[in-house]
Amino acid sequence: MNYYDLSVLADEIESCMRCGNCQATCPYYQETGSESSVARGRIALAKYVLQGKLKYTPVLAERFECLTCYACNAACPCGVPIDRIFLAARAAMVREGGAPFLKKLMATALKNQGLLDLGFKTAARAKGLFFKPHSSGGLTPRFPLGLDLRRVFPPLSPQTFRDGMKEAMTVPGAKGNVAFFTGCLANYVYPSTGRAVVEVLNKCGVSVLIPGEQHCCGAPLAINGIMETAEQMARSHVDLFSGLEVDAVVVACGTCGESFKKKYVNLLNGTPGYAKKARELAAKTYDIAEFVRNIVPFDRQLLKEVVMKVTYHEPCHLGRGLGVTREPLEIIGAVPGLDFVPLQKPDWCCGNAGTFNLTHYDVSYNILKHKLADIAGTGAEAVITGCSACRMQLEEGIAREGLGKKVLHTAELLAMSLK
Amino acid sequence: MSIAEVNRTLTGILGKENVVTAQEDLICYSFDATAGLPEHLPDLLVTPTSTEQVAEIVKVARRYKLPIYPRGSGTNLSGGTVPLKGGIVLSLLKMNKILEIDRDNLTATVQPGVIIQTLNNAVAPHGLLYPPDPGSMATATMGGSVAECSGGLRGLKYGVTRDYVMGLEVVLASGEIVRFGGKTVKNVTAYDMVRLFTGSEGTLGIITEILVRLIPAPEARETMLATFGDLASAGRSITGIIQSKVIPATMEIMDRVTMETVENYARIGLPTEAEAILLVEVDGIPEVVRREAAAVREVINRNGGTVKSAASEEERDQLWAARRAALPALARKRPTTILEDATVPRSKITEMLLAIQEIGRRHNLTIGTFGHAGDGNLHPTILTDSRDEEEMERVHRAVDEIFKTALALGGTLSGEHGIGMAKARYLPWELGDQGVQVLQKIKEALDPEGLLNPGKMVPLCPNIRVNDTGSRREGRL
Repeated sequence: MNYYDLSVLADEIESCMRCGNCQATCPYYQETGSESSVARGRIALAKYVLQGKLKYTPVLAERFECLTCYACNAACPCGVPIDRIFLAARAAMVREGGAPFLKKLMATALKNQGLLDLGFKTAARAKGLFFKPHSSGGLTPRFPLGLDLRRVFPPLSPQTFRDGMKEAMTVPGAKGNVAFFTGCLANYVYPSTGRAVVEVLNKCGVSVLIPGEQHCCGAPLAINGIMETAEQMARSHVDLFSGLEVDAVVVACGTCGESFKKKYVNLLNGTPGYAKKARELAAKTYDIAEFVRNIVPFDRQLLKEVVMKVTYHEPCHLGRGLGVTREPLEIIGAVPGLDFVPLQKPDWCCGNAGTFNLTHYDVSYNILKHKLADIAGTGAEAVITGCSACRMQLEEGIAREGLGKKVLHTAELLAMSLK
Repeated sequence: MSIAEVNRTLTGILGKENVVTAQEDLICYSFDATAGLPEHLPDLLVTPTSTEQVAEIVKVARRYKLPIYPRGSGTNLSGGTVPLKGGIVLSLLKMNKILEIDRDNLTATVQPGVIIQTLNNAVAPHGLLYPPDPGSMATATMGGSVAECSGGLRGLKYGVTRDYVMGLEVVLASGEIVRFGGKTVKNVTAYDMVRLFTGSEGTLGIITEILVRLIPAPEARETMLATFGDLASAGRSITGIIQSKVIPATMEIMDRVTMETVENYARIGLPTEAEAILLVEVDGIPEVVRREAAAVREVINRNGGTVKSAASEEERDQLWAARRAALPALARKRPTTILEDATVPRSKITEMLLAIQEIGRRHNLTIGTFGHAGDGNLHPTILTDSRDEEEMERVHRAVDEIFKTALALGGTLSGEHGIGMAKARYLPWELGDQGVQVLQKIKEALDPEGLLNPGKMVPLCPNIRVNDTGSRREGRL
């Protein structure tokens, strides 16, 4: 039985009572006002696909694309597994119509670690060819390249995080040892986040292993319905991480965390030799904030003052996805000297949503504008968040609007205080 | 006539971005929040941005004899926005501005696409309140709730939508724009057209601007949860509270089926051995609230109930959690949730509750009942599966009996959800054939060609000349 298959979801689809409560929390619907961009309408479309009344068209495939932010799941009185239905519908579209070119390209690159590595490193070296510096310190494209010319990207790191680190960073008399799954963005774009995670874990008395053969977690593929490749990647990571002598696996990104804690389990639930291993791996995977708060707590006595006015943006996949909502706030609350001003809507999606941001740039940016206004209203100098994709989005908006604010990963804030 | 031609004409008026014809989108407008109704595809969806555009669309629809279905958020529970005969769905969501908040006259002027909650968020900083609070207030539009005359939890003390609508701008079926009512507290000029269009369910005109009355927000409130060993004691308490000259803002009831379901789902420590609970909230000036709360407690104790008062906002939230969980908990039990709103005089609440239990037993159906006991507006909720034809047959018979019982007790078909498609066939039971004919005459006077939301509330006139594209579109799928 395939977990992400519409044919096993007939009852779940039927359980949508069409109340429309999802309208109030869907950031995409809030921009479009169209029933075909909100869960209620799209579940109806999924039902037609399941019943064979609707076949693949590029328009239909687009109608299943969204932020995958789970705000509808959270608002649904009937507990409909909306995200699962959407992923299954996307998988059906890919099966019938194939993945669009851009996504195929992405799938190939993400699946093939060597190619991905080469691509990012070439891009980092050749960035002057394609990008010009933006006043914010970021880069803006010189040519369309399939990208919007208004965009501002963070400069790619010339040396990836994993290249710059030893594979094992042990501490004497360690309380335990963990494997760190870095995720692509901490590896290629924000090595400072990767370094902070290692520093924080070491300060907590935990040895860190960074397996060199790790690759993309596969979430961008699973989220886009490219399930076969996602499953291959899941198997490869289950093999790799299950084979390690570690007490836990730590991630620094809600989306990667969800891959390990949920998607691998779901993708491999019927795969002999993998289902049990995937569940065991899921059970010992933690987000960094959760790990250093609940599992091996950091020593509050070691925290030094960080004088800064901050706010916190809750990443969708970390908060609604993994349920890590309290821990980042508790970390912020523990750091002396911080002036914390909460956002009005901390858990409203920033609009990045991975590939959605590439395919729906204008909507993505309009969604971001609400977040930027919320941030500006706090008067904070820095936004703390737990996801590098959110960070990219926030930094882009801050640069484009000239807001002059920093964005830091929760682990980086904690590392600053533990210095 | 071809739809392509209509599309070209409308695109010329509204621009490409405001005319939608893709089947993938239209399917999402073939239903609303009403359970158990067939879906019907429209031919086009239009999203006008001004009253003038609405008037132009109506003129085009007249030219091609295409039906029009005004639509807000599509959250109504009577099939009011289902495009039964094909044609044009007219979404008013892009007309979503709050035009004025008048603190001197205590009014607000809004476009129909404004969400009810958005209006309340805008008036709250001024210490004001727009009282109608249907369960869908975070999603439902002002236009939709005026057209459906929606109610809510505060109906007992504060009334329903019609009690707050002071003026309307309406586009008629002729394409003409008219305005009725105004900001004066007193206004007896001519027929009460504001009240006629309020609750007209999109069958008489398209509401394009709304003037509503606001009230000063109550300063204090007290929330109490009462538990009863039998239904009759709960019923006696409801009438007892009113007899003691207290009008609570809210007086909600939940029966045992609902409580058990809520408790299984939410585990909030409800007394599942009890037969009924009442959630009572009094509000107003602090001194009055204290006195009224004491009176409520006295009545409940006298009738053998146990009562718990919320000492803080958190405790209030806990007490409300049970009521808020009622529909979600029931809805999770079975795939289809048929929610009715038959309403009786509040003195008949106990009889109605017992009758609903009996109807459920007779037809071997699970019916959870909760609702606004204080105003006699109950929500018998039938848990079923629309794919099971045999069971649906029993559901329909049970619904018929629920309505018959409500009418026999001096009640009405609908307390707050409206008639729409779902209850149109029951109208003669309440109004008689002559009563229904009066509705038809009004409908014919204002919409002689039957273009506006055909097939809702008022039976289709025999002389209808509308282009029914519904069956053709259905055939295509």
